[in-house]
Amino acid sequence: MKKTIRIGAGAAWWGDRVEPAKLNADKGSLDYLCFETMAEATVSAAQVRARRDPTFQGYDTYLDDRMQAVLPGCMKQGTKIISNQGWINPNAAAERVVHWLKHLGYKGIKVAAVNGSLITDKAILLTEKILENNQPTRNLKDTLISAEAYLGAEPIVEALRNGAHIVITGRVADPSIFMAPMMYEFNWDPLDAKRLGQGMGIGHLMECGAQVTGGYFSDPGFKDVPDPWNFGFPIAEVSEDGTAVLSKVEGTGGAINLQTVKEQMLYEVHDPANYLTPDVVVDFTTAQLRELGPNRVEVKNISGKTRTSTLKVSMGCTEGFIGEDMFFYAGPGALRRAELAKKILTERFRIVNLQAEEIRIDFLGINAIHGPATPKDAPEPYEIAVRVAARTLTREEAIKVGREVDGIAVSGIAHTGKRVPHADRTREVIGVWSSLVAREAVPTSIKYFES
Amino acid sequence: MRVKLQHVAHARSGDKGDISNIAVFAYEPEFYPLIKEQLTGERLKSFYNGAIKGQVIRYLADNIDALNFVCHGALGGGVSRSLCLDNYGKALSAAILGFEIDVPDSLRSKLRGQDLL
Repeated sequence: MKKTIRIGAGAAWWGDRVEPAKLNADKGSLDYLCFETMAEATVSAAQVRARRDPTFQGYDTYLDDRMQAVLPGCMKQGTKIISNQGWINPNAAAERVVHWLKHLGYKGIKVAAVNGSLITDKAILLTEKILENNQPTRNLKDTLISAEAYLGAEPIVEALRNGAHIVITGRVADPSIFMAPMMYEFNWDPLDAKRLGQGMGIGHLMECGAQVTGGYFSDPGFKDVPDPWNFGFPIAEVSEDGTAVLSKVEGTGGAINLQTVKEQMLYEVHDPANYLTPDVVVDFTTAQLRELGPNRVEVKNISGKTRTSTLKVSMGCTEGFIGEDMFFYAGPGALRRAELAKKILTERFRIVNLQAEEIRIDFLGINAIHGPATPKDAPEPYEIAVRVAARTLTREEAIKVGREVDGIAVSGIAHTGKRVPHADRTREVIGVWSSLVAREAVPTSIKYFES
Repeated sequence: MRVKLQHVAHARSGDKGDISNIAVFAYEPEFYPLIKEQLTGERLKSFYNGAIKGQVIRYLADNIDALNFVCHGALGGGVSRSLCLDNYGKALSAAILGFEIDVPDSLRSKLRGQDLL
């Protein structure tokens, strides 16, 4: 009989829901459950937190919730887990998983931690140009918080070959997390661009979880999906050549159809014929999609080209602060009052000599989201929020934004609605830059633990 | 007839640094040549009226009836630096649904959102 494997998504980002992951673990009949929990700035933010908060372990702050939810189902079904919840400390995350395995009574389960993606100490030496602006990366040396290389699937495959049932990683390219089981199970050669292209393409469709099952899709009257309060996370049933059928657990809300799959196929993609990943260059322009039935879409013939000689490096740097606040107008003349408020704030920022790289004063309800792209004939709304933000080099300057909005409370305009300023209205900016590093300059190591 | 793009296509945007990719997907294969001809990179950029600071490169994905517009300088200097409330530009793709497009009357029954025509 032809071999197929079932790979399910357990998370698309750090804050994702846990309950659909549990549902996939319990009812997805999965061979693998894969978690993607990192955003571009996750590692830098974790580094900043680790410096300030000695109790922070350096891994996904929802690791306990996620593992408690899925381990019983996964252990019962023999489902393996691959997850990038290790963030800046894969070893500690793996030990924590072992803790939960023991706690739940599962003995002798092998857990692997893939290390090596963090290259903060040597990043400046190993890289040359910043991709975004062509400046030398050494310009970042004084502000660099963290640098990480995007690893591919190979170290995960190695861990699986060595008997790991659960693999925890730091930074790995998102689709590689989902492609690794295909490489391992079907024994794909790491340089087989054809198969890896198809596999990474499927990984790309899976990595954003419910975004392919209708979770980022509903547009009432144009694109409706059933029960958008009860989305299922996707499951890929993959054949040896990488052809996959996308589906979800029966009875969940959302939808998988040609449209949801197409939207996800180009999500965060630039040239669809050359989507760069650590494992292969994916070409989506040959993909063929077919609806096999309700919530079942077959995806085949995504192709690939040989991988590049470099890995992407993400470099997070301290770049100052953002101060922001918001207040409100409603009723007849709301826009007139908002415009006067904008004038007052502009004058006040001049009087208090606000030193900012950029200041933005928006009218939420008119132009806060689309800015200049807002149509000229957009109707005046009944309610408007004035939202003000400034990016500054120091926290002292950023604080001025909220302080000047405070002043508006009694030294401002009639009918101004305002929040009590209890929350911190400043935040640190961690700028993220990219560069390239030679593949061989980033060795990985795997540490094994057992429950 | 002239209709808003929302009746012939759907869209999704994604972020990478200061680049937003706005992908536009024809609802029906018959709509694809229409948007391919009428929604050029230059027109998309000018429709955003200054919200996209850099160049717009249009890629074609004929196999899925889709256009992918890679918009440089669209995210306020990059997701983490942006002063925009929607710093990821998640809602950016919705604006292009207001772009007006000419559609042969014969395709009227295939348009989405008939109630809003």
